[in-house]
Amino acid sequence: MKIAVCVKQVPDATVHKRLDASTGRLDRSGESALNPTDVNAVEEALRLRDAHGGEVVVVSLGPEKAMESLRKALAMGGDRAVLVSDAAAAGSDLVATSYALAKALEREEADLVLFGQQASDGDGAVLWAAVADRLRRPMVSQVAELTLEGETLTGKRQTEFGYDVISAPLPAVVAVSDAINQPRYPSLKGIMGAKSKPQEVVSLADLGVEADRVGESGSRTTVRSSSPPPAKSDQVRIEDDGNAPEQIVEYLAGKRLV
Amino acid sequence: MTMLVYLETHDGALTKPGLGVLSKAATLGGDVAGVVLGSGVRDAASGAGAYGASTVYVVDNEALASPLPQARVDALAAVVRESGADTVVFPASVLTADVAAGLSARLDAGLNWDLTDLRLEGDELVGIRPALGDTVLVEVGWTTTPRLALIRSGTFDPVESGGTAEVKDVTATFEEFSIRAQLVDHLQEESSGPSIEDADVIVAGGRGLGGPEGFSLCEELAGALGGAVAATRAVVDAGWYPYSTQVGQTGKTVSPKLYIALGISGAIQHKVGMQGSGTIVAINKDPNAPIFDFADLGVVGDLTQIAPKLTELLRARR
Repeated sequence: MKIAVCVKQVPDATVHKRLDASTGRLDRSGESALNPTDVNAVEEALRLRDAHGGEVVVVSLGPEKAMESLRKALAMGGDRAVLVSDAAAAGSDLVATSYALAKALEREEADLVLFGQQASDGDGAVLWAAVADRLRRPMVSQVAELTLEGETLTGKRQTEFGYDVISAPLPAVVAVSDAINQPRYPSLKGIMGAKSKPQEVVSLADLGVEADRVGESGSRTTVRSSSPPPAKSDQVRIEDDGNAPEQIVEYLAGKRLV
Repeated sequence: MTMLVYLETHDGALTKPGLGVLSKAATLGGDVAGVVLGSGVRDAASGAGAYGASTVYVVDNEALASPLPQARVDALAAVVRESGADTVVFPASVLTADVAAGLSARLDAGLNWDLTDLRLEGDELVGIRPALGDTVLVEVGWTTTPRLALIRSGTFDPVESGGTAEVKDVTATFEEFSIRAQLVDHLQEESSGPSIEDADVIVAGGRGLGGPEGFSLCEELAGALGGAVAATRAVVDAGWYPYSTQVGQTGKTVSPKLYIALGISGAIQHKVGMQGSGTIVAINKDPNAPIFDFADLGVVGDLTQIAPKLTELLRARR
């Protein structure tokens, strides 16, 4: 079985994230990391491969330095990395990103495409649904438990109304929740071995992606401006000297909340 | 401008988040219509008139019986064609996020998500999105139509305006790949009491409760206020309380009238799920906890002393 895991490089959690005032885009110049919840998707792919055999290919769209993050997935146990890297793709929104990524995935013809729960930089948690529509494949998202029997996968997921158990035939697209597993740490042997695993950088032209379908020209949304949020006013602070419960009741009564 | 508002149903009734977004859309001016997709949902659909929809488009089809997104992309694409709408607005949920993104790819239509406000500047639609852990407010726009928008859950409350809506049936055909995923089982939440998303009052607990037994303080206080109990990511991961009660970036987003946080530090992950609450009261022994930055009433003290006494005082008022 061939499993493709879509991952993203994001600013490291310790970096103070800021928008570049001239472009309205996230400043990505600092330390980077593999998006934390994508690590769960890599882990799930490795578990499925170890149980059913096959290959795990890690796929990403980003600047060339994103290969560092793909190597982390290889160090965990991934077999191969494909990075779609092209200056023309910078600033791509959902429409453009899903188009380019779907083209890269079409080339791989994986039985299963996995995504993580959410990008920690743009808070995006929808890309899989757009990619699945372009690939014309069944899709299940927010999966907290995933099983595979023959050519049918079954996922359990939490919604606002309880838990749904959903099945779909392969080939399919699945987005996993970060509750699905506890990812392994790469071993020293894994880290050393990652360097010699296949790492391919492909351009948009390699994938047959027209330049006007990506980047700003291929995007349908814009960032107009940004500003700091308004500060909260009327905050009350008390130190408990034994009367806090009474003070809380008084405060709530004043706001007609009790 | 013709704006469609995606309305979700549950147990045969329109749910609050969609009606809240519809109420907001009705204040923007322009033609506002609802969309209801499901099986046996036609009766519920007409109720949208009271919240500002002039028309409700309904696709009532057995293929939409399960709460799965892909068949809804097919149906919604048909409604967009039929109505000529230039904008589709969704209340964000597990289901609608996937429907919106699928439609975005299908129509090559721009999607902005996590919006907390919408306004019109002439014909131009502008969305407001808190980004980077809500440290910045971004104004976003669309360069083409149709424009798709996901509204952060709990942002707008339903406001009844008392109108009526004409129900129009739309026929959809379904892609073969859209109906391959199937719902095989549905398990109800095991938690008792009101669902946290509908609760007017929430009492939430974090690591500061000290252990799973600490949640009895939350349950008793919630009982005295007629509210529901919620938990942070940290304590859900530790197995102290069920996942279904988790509030935050990877849990639920809630906006009760009153949110009482017991022993919660206020990490950004938690904040994004509850900052829309009307009034936030935080009790924490650490005076430097980030939650005090955005709590309306911050109480520095020992929650094991304060919470039981507070419960007692509130019970006495009932």
